[in-house]
This record gives sequence, C-alpha cells and structure tokens, in this order.
Amino acid sequence: MSVEDPVSENPVTENPGLGVVYTETVVFAPPEQFIADAPYQLAIIELGSGGRLTARIAGDSAQADRVHIGDAVHFAEFKNGIPFFRKA
Amino acid sequence: MRPVAVIGLGKTAFGAFPDRDLRSLAVEAGRKSLEDAHVSPSQIEAFYLGNFAGPSFVGQNHLAPYIAGAMDIKDVPCTRFEAACASSGSAFFHAVSAVGAGLYDVVLVGGVEKMTSQPTAKVSEILAGAGDMDGEGRAGATFAALFAMIARRHMYQFGTTREQMAAVAVKNHANGAKNPLAHMRKVITMETALKGKPISDPLTIYDCSLVSDGAAAAVIAPLERASEFTDKPVRILGVAQTSDYVALDQKADITLFRAVKAAAEKAYKMAGVTAQDIQFAEVHDCFTIAEIIALEDLGFVKKGDGGPYVLEGRTCLKGERPVNTSGGLKAKGHPVGATGVGQICDVAQQIRGEAGERQIEHNSLGLAQNLGGSGATAVVTVLGKA
Repeated sequence: MSVEDPVSENPVTENPGLGVVYTETVVFAPPEQFIADAPYQLAIIELGSGGRLTARIAGDSAQADRVHIGDAVHFAEFKNGIPFFRKA
Repeated sequence: MRPVAVIGLGKTAFGAFPDRDLRSLAVEAGRKSLEDAHVSPSQIEAFYLGNFAGPSFVGQNHLAPYIAGAMDIKDVPCTRFEAACASSGSAFFHAVSAVGAGLYDVVLVGGVEKMTSQPTAKVSEILAGAGDMDGEGRAGATFAALFAMIARRHMYQFGTTREQMAAVAVKNHANGAKNPLAHMRKVITMETALKGKPISDPLTIYDCSLVSDGAAAAVIAPLERASEFTDKPVRILGVAQTSDYVALDQKADITLFRAVKAAAEKAYKMAGVTAQDIQFAEVHDCFTIAEIIALEDLGFVKKGDGGPYVLEGRTCLKGERPVNTSGGLKAKGHPVGATGVGQICDVAQQIRGEAGERQIEHNSLGLAQNLGGSGATAVVTVLGKA
C-alpha cells in the first residue's frame, strides 16, 4: 500500500527513555476498547528529556509492578501505539 | 456592554428516561422557560444550544434548528455549541455577549444531553473524546482516570484526603435528596461514600457524577426590557469563558484549572465584586476532587484548603457559603450538554427565592462555574438580584 495507515502511527516515535511518575491511577472502569486490559495502571511521566507523557505501566497493577508519585521509571515498549513504562 | 438579565427558567428532571428522546427533553425545558418569561416562540430572535455529543449518543446532527423547529421557533439563527461538559455554559456566554452587544433583545439558550441509551463503557468512550484522543485517550484514559490523576497529585501536594472528597459526595447527596428534579434523591453516609466500588483509584463510584438524560433552558433579555416580561429578573453581572490545553499532560500544574482562575478573575472584574462577596455557588463537581479544586480556583479559600473547607461543613446548606444546593452534578445528575445552563437555572432559582426546602437565606449574589474536559474550557457567571 502506498498510503500510510494513520492508525498505526505512534504519537511518540522515539524511545522516550527515563522518567519520573508525576501522577498515576489504576483504571477499573475502562472505555469499551480496553475492557480486556482492566484493571491497568495509567501514569503521567515526567520525562528526563523534558515534557510529560501519558503512558501505561507494564505488569500487574495490583502487585509489585505498581508505581507511585516520584518513582523512577524507564520506557519498556510500544504496544498498539501506546507507550508502556516499567519501574526502574 | 449593556446589562443583561435572565427573564425565564426551564428545566426537565434529570435522570434515566428510556421513553424520552433528546428532542422532547430539550423542547420541554425550552417551552417551560418561554412560559416562565411570558415570551412566545415568535419573539425569540436567536437560539443558542449547548450539546456535547448528540451525534454519538443518539445519532442526530443539526440539533439547534431540529429542536427550535419543534418549538415553532423559525427564521432566526439557531446554533449548536460544543465545548465538552461546558457546552451550554459556552452557549450561554455567547448568547449573553450577543445581547449585551445589542445584536438581539430576546434570546433562548438551551442545553441538552441524552446519555442513558448507551451502555456505560460506550458512554466512557464517547466522553473520552473530550480529551486528547491522540495521547491520553489512546493510552486508555477515561475522564474518571484523568480526574483520579488530578486527585492523586492534589493529595500528594496538599494532603487532601479520601474523607474530604467523600464529604463532597455526602453533602451533595443531602442537597439532591431535597431537589424534586434531581436524578438521585438519596442521602448517603460517609461510610458508604468511602466504601464505594473502585472506578479509577483513588476515585470510587461515589466520587463520580451521574450519567443522565436532561435539558435546561433560559430566556435572556436586556435588563432595561426585563420588566416587560417578568417581575423577577435575575441580573447577569459578569460572565467569562476561557481556555487551556485539552491534554492533561500538557498542563504545567494539574492541581488547579488555570482556565477557571482566569474566567473567575474576568467575571469578578466585570461584576465589580471579589471572591469573598460571593454568597453561594453551583460548581462543576464532575468528580468530588473537582469541587474541592473549584473552591480554590474561584478564590473562596487558599490553595490546598478546599478539602478541609468542605469537611468542616462550611459549604453545606446551612454553612457560611453553600455550594451545589441543587445536589450538584453528583446527585442532581450530569446530562453533559445541559449542565451549564442547568447551573444558571439553579443559581437564578435561589436568587428568586424559589428553591423550596433548599432555599438559602443569603441569596443576593451567586456564581455558576462550568468546566469542559479536564479544564480546557471554563465558563464562570456571576448572577445577582436585579
């Protein structure tokens, strides 16, 4: 196909690197398209490179993977265009 | 700008009405307001409608003439305003601006939303569209999630507690129980509010406003002509609409809404009053934390003091500054597009002394604060006795 599919484009194209959790929540009541993922942790990450990014936290939101304000995190992967971070 | 007054009020009950469609709700509110203002449809010179997502919720577009036509309002400009949960606040701001500027004399402003025909997850998805769908929306943020992240940060920086947030819900349910038009007329205890089902941590079901159907309308006119229509005009002393980034992660400080602070400052200046002069208010408690932040942004209390102010009972019906005597979005209900004009009706009703068992004593100067999204649109209106 010669035309790029805009849905598969990532809003962030480069590895966002390291950051610190500015705020977070665990979502128990998700929008329709994320029902299978719930509960999941969502956070706003203050990036080391400047700026903030809304991202998901990888792993189990009820367990040791859960992050809190001030925790250091690093970028893990993109899944369906969503940036995932993990506790550093 | 010449002085403008509210000369007619009309509201439907807010609730879940499976047998009512969007148009019939809007028409009911509109007709009530025309009747209250002793104005006929042919006297209406323009119709301003607030509606967030009629096309998504019920599949109907071109809503302003669709509703106006059903009220026999023809041959005039009929326009829909969309600003998320501040849609009808925005419609009201633009209507008052037009009448104030001398463009029209008698204008109808309405707001409507029909939400309960969709399942909850679908409602969350439609509402999420008021955020940045390329960033926070893509990552899976609902509005509850955005306000949960705001709450977390507010708790972290100012020591705001779950109990203080629950106190907002308890107060608003107590008021809503006394409001015959409220969606949920049920008193709740602090214990119930604290033990609600988790929605988006730290928010539980009792921190969230209701998904409702409903409509509200107001007729406005120049103050100098108000006595032709009514003996109980309510003066619009100040009104302002402001904006900010849509995405929460673009805002430098998420423990306040800079658009609300800016709108309040403008509205106070226009009205020639200060925050401390405001005797009572209807504020946008889409989530309990939003009411706490509103108290701070509007200048009623210092930054960080919103939570204790509520918990001490100072905003309850008998408190020093009653807030959300209607029950607020929490108990009265939140048919998104109807909320802004609904708040205007609620404040005006108190000023007219028609709030029944919720009537407050010091009712000559009130305020309505309407918020869109996570603070990208704010409308603040100061209303007083004419």
